[in-house]
Amino acid sequence: MLVIQNGRLIDPKNKLDKICDLYIQNGKVIAIGQAPEGFAETLSANQIIDATGLVVTPGLIDLCAHVREPGYTQKGTIASETAAAVAGGITTMVTPPTTKPVVDNPAVAEMIIDRAEATGLAQVLPMGALTQGLEGEQLAPLHALSSSGCVAFSNARKSIPSALVLLRCLEYAATHDFLVIFQPQDHHLADKGCMHDDITCTRLGLSGIPETAETVEVARCLLLVEQTGVRAHFGQLSAERSVRMVTDARQRGLNVTADVAIHHLLLTDVNVNGFNSMFHVIPPLRSQLDRAGLLHGLVTDGIQAICSDHQPHDPAAKQAPFASTDPGISGLETLLPLCLRLVRQELLSLPQLIEKLTSAPAAILSLDKGSLGVGSIADICIFNPETEWQLTSVNCVSAGKNSPFMNIPLKGKVTHTLIKGKTVYQAS
Amino acid sequence: MFDIKDPNSIQLNSAGQLKHFITTEGLSRELLTEILETADSFVDMNAQQVKKVPLLRGKTVVNLFFESSTRTLSTFELAAKRLSADVLNLNISTSSTSKGETLKDTLQTLEAMHSDMFVVRHSDSGAAHFIAEHVTPNVAVINAGDGRHAHPTQAMLDMLTIRRHKGDFSPLIVAIVGDILHSRVARSQIHALRILGAAEIRVIAPTTLLPRNIEALGVKVFTHMQTGLKDADVVIMLRLQKERMQSALLPSESEFYKLFGLTNEKLQHAKPDAVVMHPGPINRGVEIESAVADGPQSLILDQVTNGIAVRMAVMSMSMSGQMAEKNMKAEA
Repeated sequence: MLVIQNGRLIDPKNKLDKICDLYIQNGKVIAIGQAPEGFAETLSANQIIDATGLVVTPGLIDLCAHVREPGYTQKGTIASETAAAVAGGITTMVTPPTTKPVVDNPAVAEMIIDRAEATGLAQVLPMGALTQGLEGEQLAPLHALSSSGCVAFSNARKSIPSALVLLRCLEYAATHDFLVIFQPQDHHLADKGCMHDDITCTRLGLSGIPETAETVEVARCLLLVEQTGVRAHFGQLSAERSVRMVTDARQRGLNVTADVAIHHLLLTDVNVNGFNSMFHVIPPLRSQLDRAGLLHGLVTDGIQAICSDHQPHDPAAKQAPFASTDPGISGLETLLPLCLRLVRQELLSLPQLIEKLTSAPAAILSLDKGSLGVGSIADICIFNPETEWQLTSVNCVSAGKNSPFMNIPLKGKVTHTLIKGKTVYQAS
Repeated sequence: MFDIKDPNSIQLNSAGQLKHFITTEGLSRELLTEILETADSFVDMNAQQVKKVPLLRGKTVVNLFFESSTRTLSTFELAAKRLSADVLNLNISTSSTSKGETLKDTLQTLEAMHSDMFVVRHSDSGAAHFIAEHVTPNVAVINAGDGRHAHPTQAMLDMLTIRRHKGDFSPLIVAIVGDILHSRVARSQIHALRILGAAEIRVIAPTTLLPRNIEALGVKVFTHMQTGLKDADVVIMLRLQKERMQSALLPSESEFYKLFGLTNEKLQHAKPDAVVMHPGPINRGVEIESAVADGPQSLILDQVTNGIAVRMAVMSMSMSGQMAEKNMKAEA
């Protein structure tokens, strides 16, 4: 038995935003506002969370977070990254199939799910590989993967050179009503590029990735989605034109959605000046115009969700000249405070933001999560939107300390994270 | 939400003196002029019987070349020796990195040998910057070419060559021809020419060999050789690597030569007293006709001579910038 008292409860799915108490029993929400009949009249101190001045929301759902296990445990493990997730208020995360071995057989999917469950921390939901070995040639066993817990299928940023193979993958996924997630990037146009192809890239003499590397692939995918009717989601869009294409497709009635990584909403290619490898990400940070287009997509609901695109690395992976470093930002613990900037900039209201971090990603995945109605699983994030703090290499929980947002002022910090009604994280 | 990094911050000490030489971008006209004037005095000295000065006596200079080079390495070696330094040449491309050692490990090993200066060439853009960021205090880093980013000593020797023949930069039209996209030399030249106040900087190349939005660096873009060369005072030809033909950037060497190769005929479009330069090594019959390369307007051999003097200048200036910073810190 647990009561979260006097917090600002924001539950976008149920259009709730008010200060009230939340009652939890047996891992579920049993009442909101009024204590249910028979609820113990005297609770012990450890059964009460005083949330005065705090915001109480459904646990955050991250549509893309690499946990690196199996295969890359020098960068992060399921144990380390689920701990980082709950420190960031994230209770569910979807992980791409780019592990070693890749998630193209049920054993790997089950192993990831089981190990995450054993931690008792955030739930990890694997994306299955769309093709065997992510090699873009043969269809992976989607049905078996789905049965073992894969929530969606993706070829990540590995290419499927043959449009015919891609078409068949989508047809097969549509047969079973599986969700396909695209992380669109044309392999040839991206070539060996490491940043957005524009003035900064020209000045620094780095190899560029033009926005057409994304848009050409988005166009190809959208045409085949239209032909097959598959449910499709575009992850981590970086270019303004991609957002417009996906939005147009939605308006024509296609079953497509999109998300964006938080760093693409805050940074641009200009940040790469000085060759700081912390700004090396794929898809690359793009122009001010692209960033504006992504923000516009976000407020007009062309983009439904925001993710961390969490990619932890070992220190050596980032300590080399820019092009030789591995791309990616460790982002689980900064997702919420960085997103709160969008609220302070009045681009989104707080409930709109929370929707993009909870009920919207749940709807994309068709998950029965991301809300706090009576009867819901009590996965809960409680945060103080006013707390000022900094992420440092000491307090960072993730094994990956690779973040450009380290040692800069952040506002808004998670105080408690609950999984199935149990407090799994509490800020010290 | 972040301050955009000033490319200068890493290469100047707190008094604004050079302490590393990574890029020409963002340096002041005064500083570039100081490099040219210092180099000028070394050019004269290099022509004398006794060619040594004791400016780097007791210092150890390590030439750290991750990419093979004959010309640049030997002029750096000669420059260091004429400054009385001890010189160690390391060709890393065939040793440590193939054993999986990281650049940072290599650097730490060399630092343990108490070197005072690293002259670095590397195929990655930003490599010299990376080394300057991670090197121990008071060790100077000179960029001898990093990827496509910068080759500042080459650019400065070209500036010295231009200045010794043309004097003032302000009336000059300078045309840079060829593979701009892959050229660190072109980028460093463009920055230097702009800082030194050249009237007009042009780049001439097919669109496949032009980086995106190169205009933003302050150049005029031409895709037609004759138009681009019109009334030019200085023509700088760039080397064309053979592998460009394999990546669909160009159809053939002969077509490139026909359209962009510098022949006496095309040179007629430039000013009659125009000078021709090339960073070398040259591909005769690909980017330049032999008659032009060996002709009266060519300054290609002067460039090599001036290269030693410019390298002596930046080596001595950055070493004294490091010493000055060390002294300032000691006083503080």
